[in-house]
Amino acid sequence: MSSEPGPEETEAVAVEPTVRSTSDAVDFRSFPGARGLRLIERHARFYRRLWLVVASGAAEPLFYLLSVGIGIGGLIGTVPGPAGHPVPYREFVAPGLLAVSALNGALNDSTFNVYGRLKFEKLYDSVLATPLGAQDVALAEIGWAVVRGILYAVPFLIVMAAMGLIVSPWALLALPVAALVAFATAAAGVALTTYMKSWQDFEYVVLVSVPLFLFSGTFFPLSVYPHVIGLIVEWTPLYQGVVILRDLVLGAPTWALLWRAAYLAAIGALGLAVSGRRIARLLLV
Amino acid sequence: MVLATERARPALAQVPGAWELSVRAFRCWLVMYRRTWRASVWSSVLGPLFYLGAMGYGLGSLVDKNGTAALGGVPYVVFVAPAVLAVLAMNTAITNSMFPVFGAMRWNSIYVAARATMLRPADINRGHLLFITMRIAMNSACFVIVMAALGLIRSWWAVLLLPASVLLGLAFAAPVAAWTVTLKTTTPMNYIVRFGSIPLSLFSGTFFPISQLPAWIRPLAYATPLWHGAALCRSLALGTVTAGSAAIHVGYLAAMAAIGLWAGARSYRRRLYV
Amino acid sequence: MPDVLVRARGLTKRFGGFTAVDGIDFDLIAGEAFGFLGPNGAGKSSTMRMLGCVSPPTQGELTILGGDPVRDGAAIRARLGVVPQEDTLDAELTVRENLLVYGRYFGLGRGLIAERTDQLLDFVQLTERANDMVDPLSGGMKRRLTIARSLINDPEILILDEPTTGLDPQARHVVWDRLFRLKQRGITLILTTHYMDEAEQLCDRLVVMDHGTIAAEGTPRELITRFSTPEVLELRFAPDEQEAAAEKIQDLSPERAEVTADRILVYEADGDAFLERVHMAGLKPITELVRRSSLEDVFLRLTGRTLID
Repeated sequence: MSSEPGPEETEAVAVEPTVRSTSDAVDFRSFPGARGLRLIERHARFYRRLWLVVASGAAEPLFYLLSVGIGIGGLIGTVPGPAGHPVPYREFVAPGLLAVSALNGALNDSTFNVYGRLKFEKLYDSVLATPLGAQDVALAEIGWAVVRGILYAVPFLIVMAAMGLIVSPWALLALPVAALVAFATAAAGVALTTYMKSWQDFEYVVLVSVPLFLFSGTFFPLSVYPHVIGLIVEWTPLYQGVVILRDLVLGAPTWALLWRAAYLAAIGALGLAVSGRRIARLLLV
Repeated sequence: MVLATERARPALAQVPGAWELSVRAFRCWLVMYRRTWRASVWSSVLGPLFYLGAMGYGLGSLVDKNGTAALGGVPYVVFVAPAVLAVLAMNTAITNSMFPVFGAMRWNSIYVAARATMLRPADINRGHLLFITMRIAMNSACFVIVMAALGLIRSWWAVLLLPASVLLGLAFAAPVAAWTVTLKTTTPMNYIVRFGSIPLSLFSGTFFPISQLPAWIRPLAYATPLWHGAALCRSLALGTVTAGSAAIHVGYLAAMAAIGLWAGARSYRRRLYV
Repeated sequence: MPDVLVRARGLTKRFGGFTAVDGIDFDLIAGEAFGFLGPNGAGKSSTMRMLGCVSPPTQGELTILGGDPVRDGAAIRARLGVVPQEDTLDAELTVRENLLVYGRYFGLGRGLIAERTDQLLDFVQLTERANDMVDPLSGGMKRRLTIARSLINDPEILILDEPTTGLDPQARHVVWDRLFRLKQRGITLILTTHYMDEAEQLCDRLVVMDHGTIAAEGTPRELITRFSTPEVLELRFAPDEQEAAAEKIQDLSPERAEVTADRILVYEADGDAFLERVHMAGLKPITELVRRSSLEDVFLRLTGRTLID
């Protein structure tokens, strides 16, 4: 089963000072969002110690590729591909799992860890005592989750290439699209986490992420569904990401993909705005 | 100063047997469960149902179109459902024997509090395992009922599905609990999930027959408790069970459970009686 | 003939290369409050764990209630009550539920547990909080609850490891009062502490422990009489004057004098009289205090260190 996001190692490290000394050659403080970069830097320092955890998170989509894509793929044969001709099942599944890996990478850091920091580690309290503002905090958290999503997606992309599952040079756009998926996930995740009241609420994260993972066109095309359900699935961000990636990797890009990408970007922007406002409300009372 | 013989005291009372003491430890977990059951009921029931829906029916429609000879001629969903039951039992077992055991040792001192009473470490271990077994049985029962309701059961042998999945769960819970109690941090547990139970659940003849795996890796799969458990459940649900195969599966799982109990008594004792 | 509940001879506990308890002897007599007084790291907690039958002795002989802690551990624990140093309460249960769960470990019936719960909560003055969760209770309340819990099985011996450490003065006095009443009811108490006032107030007999060994044994009064004088004169001088002052004081031949980092302690039968002589010798201390001897002075005498490091 998909590894349910669980509370990761809580951080025992004190916050390092996030404002550079004035003797620096370049003054970053005027650059919007640069202050948020400090917070990302702080997380990166911590996670360097947990590089193994991050690397191992990329293993999960690989397992699914091997078992579902190839193992079950052997039972399925071919499915209709986006370019119109049948493709081996594993080629159909791989781009979907790429989207999922970006989503998984972003999910933990935008939900559990943010909640832990909000409620227990008082990390934000100490950070907000510096020149960082609530919107910077939101941007930084989302930014870090996006980085983590990319960190999960890159190894999987390499695996896909190594296994000959990349058909078209359009796949060069796969990484930015994966980042977009991570962005939408992270922004939505952080925004929703700011509304949670207790650890029990995280049952909902699991309750939403598992069916999202299973039913968003990753493993089988929409044609399997009754028509009405298919319409509902089309609205999920993960499905849009899966479709974009599949069309790119298998070499069937269309202009409509831009609309899908815009949808993801819009969700990300909305989540970002909401997160900033919510964090401000929660912390700057 | 050497004292003369101490005045005769009433003799120390006979201590109740291991089963009674284990049940007393188990009851403590029941009292706590009364408060927390609502939180877990959704994920334990809905999760496997989602998998059954997506894999069994969604993927199933693709597989069935291609032909189900490799599955023994049954529709894919019928092939997969008993395996989903087995994975559910395994996951319930592992989830309940990792963080709650670690927490009872290090975070909320449940074990340490019980240690001061007449309970011995082995009783504390067994009491917790009794509770975990109860959770496995409850989750499995729900899923078996769903299987029956969806018409995925092909044989009367399926009445043994519940004890089979409980045995499978215990085969995981006992050794994992024995190991978890010795941990100092939570990191190894995350690895067990990522590199242990997830690949196990995907490659143990669960979602596709072992015959699909390359030949060199098959012996590895045969050695895992999940393969035995999934194969046992499948044979019961489909009615293809034979005395020989059942004996092997049951024997293997029972041995794992027994080893886990033996190891648990020892590791609990080492951690509690410093 | 005294009724001896616990007998220890040469009791030793080693962890790898480190010896926490180094061959101690003591007896616990029924109905008394017996104390282990010593600083952190003296081996008190290790001794308590051995008494609680949850830590096998490395060497030596230990008999509790006529039984062997390793062989008869479960049976002995059934007759003990334990108040550990860290509260091991279940924060996710209510006060009442904590007592229920613990009582069930001992196989007590629900009716009996309910009855005893009411009595015990009344005894520790927590009746109004009976149905509250444990987590928001104050430290003092949690400690009282732990004491109540330890009595659920009506034990013969109550083992308390640092019962008032970490509590504010108000809470400490409440706990002392409860323990005193328990003593009056005839329950035998063993307690460890590094607070001399606690040891003096509660204990009938005590041992002074340091680095795993027993330095002295007796009643608080006996120990003070044996190892200290009735009164102590505490003098403080300016840091640069202290050495010269100490020499002059030595010239006055006190019964005993100790120079610590910030004070000079003069042990005499009559502190005021000596203080006059100090003044007449021309010394002008910054502060001067005459007080009665305490176990702190006993400990200083026996080990050369103070109880609080």
